[in-house]
Amino acid sequence: MPPMALAPQHDASPSPYAIETKGLVKRYGRTSALRGVDLAVPWGECLALLGANGSGKTTLIRALAALVRPTEGEVRIAGRDPFKGAPGLRRLLGVVTHQPFLYQDLTAYENLLFYGRMYGISDQEDRIQQISGLLRVEAHLHRKVRTLSHGTQQRLSLARALLHDPPILLLDEPETGLDQEAQQILERLLKDRPPGRTVVLTTHSLEQGLAVGSRVALLDRGRIVYQEQRDLLDAGGLRARYAHLVGATP
Amino acid sequence: MREFWVPVATIAWKDLLLELRTKEIVTSVLVFALVAVVVFYFALRPTPQTIGFVAPGVLWVAFTFAGSLVMMRTFVLEKEQGSLEGLMLCPVSRDVLYFGKLISGFLFMLVVEAAILPVFSVLFDAPLLNPALFGVLVLTTLGFASVGTLFSAISVNTRSREIMLPILFFPMVVPVLIAAVAATAIVLDGASQERLGQWLAFSGAFAAIFVTLSALLFGYTLEE
Repeated sequence: MPPMALAPQHDASPSPYAIETKGLVKRYGRTSALRGVDLAVPWGECLALLGANGSGKTTLIRALAALVRPTEGEVRIAGRDPFKGAPGLRRLLGVVTHQPFLYQDLTAYENLLFYGRMYGISDQEDRIQQISGLLRVEAHLHRKVRTLSHGTQQRLSLARALLHDPPILLLDEPETGLDQEAQQILERLLKDRPPGRTVVLTTHSLEQGLAVGSRVALLDRGRIVYQEQRDLLDAGGLRARYAHLVGATP
Repeated sequence: MREFWVPVATIAWKDLLLELRTKEIVTSVLVFALVAVVVFYFALRPTPQTIGFVAPGVLWVAFTFAGSLVMMRTFVLEKEQGSLEGLMLCPVSRDVLYFGKLISGFLFMLVVEAAILPVFSVLFDAPLLNPALFGVLVLTTLGFASVGTLFSAISVNTRSREIMLPILFFPMVVPVLIAAVAATAIVLDGASQERLGQWLAFSGAFAAIFVTLSALLFGYTLEE
C-alpha cells in the first residue's frame, strides 16, 4: 500500500479543538433534527457517532461541514466559525456523505482532477495516482462514474475527500455500499491516520465504531446522550444501551 | 487573482466538458428555440414592410425562452447529480461558484443564439449577420445570464422550481430585453447609430450592475 497522506496542517489553529459545537439546534419547520448538541473534538481524535435512523447524525455532519446553517448555537472548526467568510477554512475538511459529489458523465480521473483544481492542489497528477492507489481505484480512473458500481463510487468519494489531505474528516456512514476489501481499507485509513488528523464518523455499526473510534458517542433524537473515551467505556453496557436505542436485541 | 480565476475556469471547463458529453442543455434548448422561430414565421408571415416591427420581437422571444431553459438547467443538473454540495465544500468564495456558472451559462446561450441566427436570418429575410448585432447579443446575453444564474440558484432549492424561476426571473430581465429589442430594431433599420449606442450603453450598465450585485448576493442563495 502506498504511504499514507501527508501530515495534516493545522498548526495555525488557535484552538485545541478541531471541532466544537455549542447548543447546536437545527429545525426544519416544526421538526427538530438537532436539539442542543455540545461537542468538543480535540485534534487527532476519532469520534464515532452512533444513533438510530433519524437521530440527527447526517444533519450534524452537514452542520459541521457548513452545509446547513444551525437554527441556534454555534459551530467552530479549528476555533473559527465556518459560516463567516474564510472559504479557506473549508480546505481543512474532507467530507463524505450519502452523495458521492461526483459527476456521473465525467471519468473518475476527471472528477478527481476537477476537485484537485478547485482545492488548488499543486501536484495533482501525483496526488491522484497516490490516492487512487490507496483506495484501489486505479483501474477505474478512466471510466465514466456512471458505469462504476456503487461501492466503487463510494471509494472514489473517499478519494475525493482525501485528495487535498485534509486534517479533519467528516464521514457520514462511509461504509455504506463498500465491499469487504474497501471496508478494510477504510478501517486502516482511520486507524493509521497521521497524527493530528481528526475524524468524526457516523455509523450504524457499533463494532466499527468501537474498532476505529478513540471516543464513542450516542445521538438520540438530536441530542448526545452518551459519550466516553474508547479506553474507558464499558463495551457491554454500551452495546445494551445502543441496542435499546435502535430497538434491537442486544 | 489566480486563486480566483483558476477555480472559475475549472467550473466552466467542467460544465462545458459535461455538455460536450451529454449535449443535454444545448440540444434541447436549440430544438425548442428553432421550433419557436419557425412557428412565429408561419404565424406572422412577415412581409418586407412588417419585418422591421416583427423580427426583433420574435428573435428575442425565442432567445428569452431558450435562455430561461439554459438557466433552469444550470443548477438543476448539479442538484440532480448531488454535486452542488460538493461545490459548496470547495475552499473558494461563493462568487467563484457564481462566475463559473455564469460563464458556462453565458457560453451555452451564445452557442444556441449563434445556431439560431442564420435560420432566423433566412426565414425572416433579415440581415442579422451584422457586427453591431453581435454587440447587442453579447451584452444582452451577459445581462440575462447574470440575473438568470442568481435566480437559478435561488429556485433550485424550491419544489416548483420550473414555475419559480420564470416568476422571479422575467420581471428582472424585462429592461434588458426591451433594450435588446430596441437595439435590434435599429440594427435592422440601419437607423441612428447614436440611439443604438445609448441602448448598448444601457445593456452594458445593466450587465455590469447585475453581475456585481448577483456575485455579492450569491452566497446567501445556496444556504439551507
